[in-house]
Amino acid sequence: MAILGSACLLLALGVCVYGIGASLYGVRRGRPEWSESGRRAVYALAGVLTVAFVVLEIAFLRNDFTFNTVADTSSRTTPAFYRAAAVWSSQEGSLLLWAWLMSMWSSLVLFLTRRRMRDVAAYATAILLGFGGFFVSLMVFYANPFVTTTPAPAEGAGLDPLLRFPTMMIHPPMLYSGYTLCIIPFAFGMGALLARRVDAEWIRAIRRFSFAAWLFLGIGIMLGASWSYSELGWGGYWGWDAVENASLMPWLTGTAFLHSLMIQEKRGMLKVWNASLVLATGTLAIMGTFLVRSGILDSIHAFGGQTLGVPFVILIGVMIAGSVYLVVTRRDMLRSEHRLDSLLSRESVFLANNIVLVGLCFVIFWGTYFPLISEALTGKEASVGPPWFDRYTVPLALVLVLLSGIGPVIAWRRATLANARRNFLAPLIAGAGAVLVLLAVGVPGDWKALAMFACAAFALVCVLQEFYRGTRARRAMANESPPAALVALVKRNRRRYGGYIVHIGIAVLFIGVAASSSFQRTIEPTLSVGQSSKVGAYTVRYVKPTATVSPADDAAHTGSTLSLGAVLDVTKNGRHVATLYPSEGFYASDEPSQGSVGSLIGGQPVSHVAMDAGLTRNVWTAIAPDIETPQLKRIVEIGNRTIPFSSPEDGLIALAVLARSYLQHPPPAEFHLIVSPLVMWIWIGGLIVAGGGLIAIWPAPSALRRRATALAGARGRRDRSGDAAQGLAGA
Amino acid sequence: MNPARKRTVRLTLALTAAVVLAGALIYTSFSAASPALTPSQLLHQARPGISYQLTGTVAHGSVRREGSMLYFSVENRTGGSAVPISYTGEVPDPFKEGREVIVTVQKQGGSYVGEPNSLITKCPSKYTVAPPAGAKQSF
Amino acid sequence: MNLLVAVLTLLLLAAVMLVLSAPLRAARRRPDPRSAELDELRAAREAKYREIRDAELDYRTGKLSAEDYAAVDSALRAEALDILNRLSALEDEGGATNVSQ
Repeated sequence: MAILGSACLLLALGVCVYGIGASLYGVRRGRPEWSESGRRAVYALAGVLTVAFVVLEIAFLRNDFTFNTVADTSSRTTPAFYRAAAVWSSQEGSLLLWAWLMSMWSSLVLFLTRRRMRDVAAYATAILLGFGGFFVSLMVFYANPFVTTTPAPAEGAGLDPLLRFPTMMIHPPMLYSGYTLCIIPFAFGMGALLARRVDAEWIRAIRRFSFAAWLFLGIGIMLGASWSYSELGWGGYWGWDAVENASLMPWLTGTAFLHSLMIQEKRGMLKVWNASLVLATGTLAIMGTFLVRSGILDSIHAFGGQTLGVPFVILIGVMIAGSVYLVVTRRDMLRSEHRLDSLLSRESVFLANNIVLVGLCFVIFWGTYFPLISEALTGKEASVGPPWFDRYTVPLALVLVLLSGIGPVIAWRRATLANARRNFLAPLIAGAGAVLVLLAVGVPGDWKALAMFACAAFALVCVLQEFYRGTRARRAMANESPPAALVALVKRNRRRYGGYIVHIGIAVLFIGVAASSSFQRTIEPTLSVGQSSKVGAYTVRYVKPTATVSPADDAAHTGSTLSLGAVLDVTKNGRHVATLYPSEGFYASDEPSQGSVGSLIGGQPVSHVAMDAGLTRNVWTAIAPDIETPQLKRIVEIGNRTIPFSSPEDGLIALAVLARSYLQHPPPAEFHLIVSPLVMWIWIGGLIVAGGGLIAIWPAPSALRRRATALAGARGRRDRSGDAAQGLAGA
Repeated sequence: MNPARKRTVRLTLALTAAVVLAGALIYTSFSAASPALTPSQLLHQARPGISYQLTGTVAHGSVRREGSMLYFSVENRTGGSAVPISYTGEVPDPFKEGREVIVTVQKQGGSYVGEPNSLITKCPSKYTVAPPAGAKQSF
Repeated sequence: MNLLVAVLTLLLLAAVMLVLSAPLRAARRRPDPRSAELDELRAAREAKYREIRDAELDYRTGKLSAEDYAAVDSALRAEALDILNRLSALEDEGGATNVSQ
């Protein structure tokens, strides 16, 4: 069966090469049937890669250890869900996932645009197949998932315990969907420049694709942050790690693009900005993909040793060179049709927004790639840490939140100054008031957090004011009840009000970030049973230890053999708040040098965090139990000496003895206790952003009907100037 | 001032501001950065009082805990000279002998002290194509 | 097993060839050369209608004074009229009846 997989890869490569040729021939010679065939090559690619993906999935589910990737990352004891997801935990499998996702999204997009933008789509097809061919070539020549070894090993190496969390297995497909979706606007952007056709139809299409990319990428980033916070043992959600930054950068340029595209649509301005932003987003997405697997930067995810570095660097070089070339040679058609009418206009706020987002991206880019930059410039590799990132991103984030409030309140083209002054009164009072109230209530005077609260309050009132005024205007026209008016308002102006909801979500998210960063209380006490520690306003008492032993193939326990933990009683002012059960899971290693019993628990331990999540604060606890006391070590040594490797069940009995000893004479354990205010609001804010985005992009079902009546109305009254657009029936 | 000239002035001001800010950013990055060194480089070049980012592998048999202090040695990936570190603070889950780590250290007297909570352990390799020593992969 | 794999591979290859060659074998149907421009004008018209509605909403939510709104509105309607004229000229030219999505 592996041969079928490899054959699929070769076939895929051939299809890509054919498709590129057919599309380009069709568009340059005006032979649409060849462009059509080129488009079908994308469908064929998706089909062939699906077969390949299914072959690999079946191999994982059936524990076919002749496949090297299956033997390296899975095992008979790995639960079925993780076996299915282990497909993308290796380099080879993740490349296949990337290529497959890209071919599926591309097929969908090309199917939806099959009757429109023929020349742009033909060029875009060639570019998409170029990317597909690149990833398939990587698999065929460097990292083939279908390589086999016979005879097959009896058992696989197993999935890394750190990956045995549902969110961790969903994180790659979600993030890859985001990255691959960024390639599609890139291809259509390049296609538009190549076909010399940057117009309203292109704008409408590319906005949908870019929004999908932005949404998936954003969800992927939030999932990663949430996983980091609730599963990893360090209690944070963002560490300015290179790989985190790599996914954030295309999201920032994507956000800028979505906003500034509106200006191109309305005023034919910022075309060079938009072309550059959409091409930069795709390039940054590929750079992010490259960063994780190349080892050029030291980070939690990346590793030393060049693996696929060279081909990726070439691809990125080609993307950058091609983008710059096209934008420069097509600059005549990217000239602005209008100029900024006034600084006090939504256009100029969007321009400022572009600048801030690109500035943020630049800061993050500089800090992330600094080791390479410093090495190139000074010969010495150096890196910057989170404090440097925070110093520059915090002020920019403050300006961003401010702008997200100002934008909705200013009109397009030219706002009336007197009106603007009136409209900003309430938000400004809210912002200043928020700070005063918080200081009066006793919140510490951390200027960064207070500034963010002020900006967020300002933005929230700006946007809520818009909802209020819009509802009021609607009621004046249509005599509906307030809730009905509000719903109708949003339904009829989805893009605007959906966008406003996104801004609400962003403000909420930043409130959560500011509060949890500035006012977090953390302590790392070593406690014996019965001892307590005070963290913030809470008292945490170590009530008693816990210990469980389970066989390695117990599907319910994600594979840990021994788990030691604690029962913690959390109280505030004497009142019981929660009982938490943090633990540390020990896993089997495959190092015989540790002994028959030692190797049952000698693998990498994984901390299981226990958290009491609330709307106002999270109480986060983790434990690092001491498994190396002389008493416990002696038990392991005796087990190593008396129990052979061939009877792991007896080894488990030794672990049970160890567990009982731990329970009877528990040594002091190290704890990590954190109280973070308002963390929950980060996730809530993210959900609001996603919801608002979906509302903004949802196609209005009555659009078709409106168009028809509008056309009829406009036709009939065409001769009366100024009435033509009165055909907006029911607007 | 006619509109065209106003626009040119605005553009010039904006570009100048951007260049100045970028310059400040770039300048501080060089002064705020800690040089990244391997253990052998650290042993040769380290000066007291300066923070360095040490990258290497945790030497086998070197890990020892005493209360809240963690003692371990970091050696070059290819083996060789090892730097003994004393460290307090957050220890990531994947930390163990043989793992690749990054830790920020300062030379104090004759020993190296790790900055609290600066220890990072790399995820066990999922993405190597070339087989690590002893693995069974083949093409 | 090998025979099965060989057969599957050949089937896959045949399916791919069929899919790729279908448009080349089908009867040549020249698409309307003006359809691209028609689509473009229709998209521009939609965008312009949205702009007019946005301007009205801006006025009703108090961001524009009555005078400013009147100026913006008439400018936008003039632009919309221009698009509609070009659109109907193109449609009359070829009697186009197809409504593309």
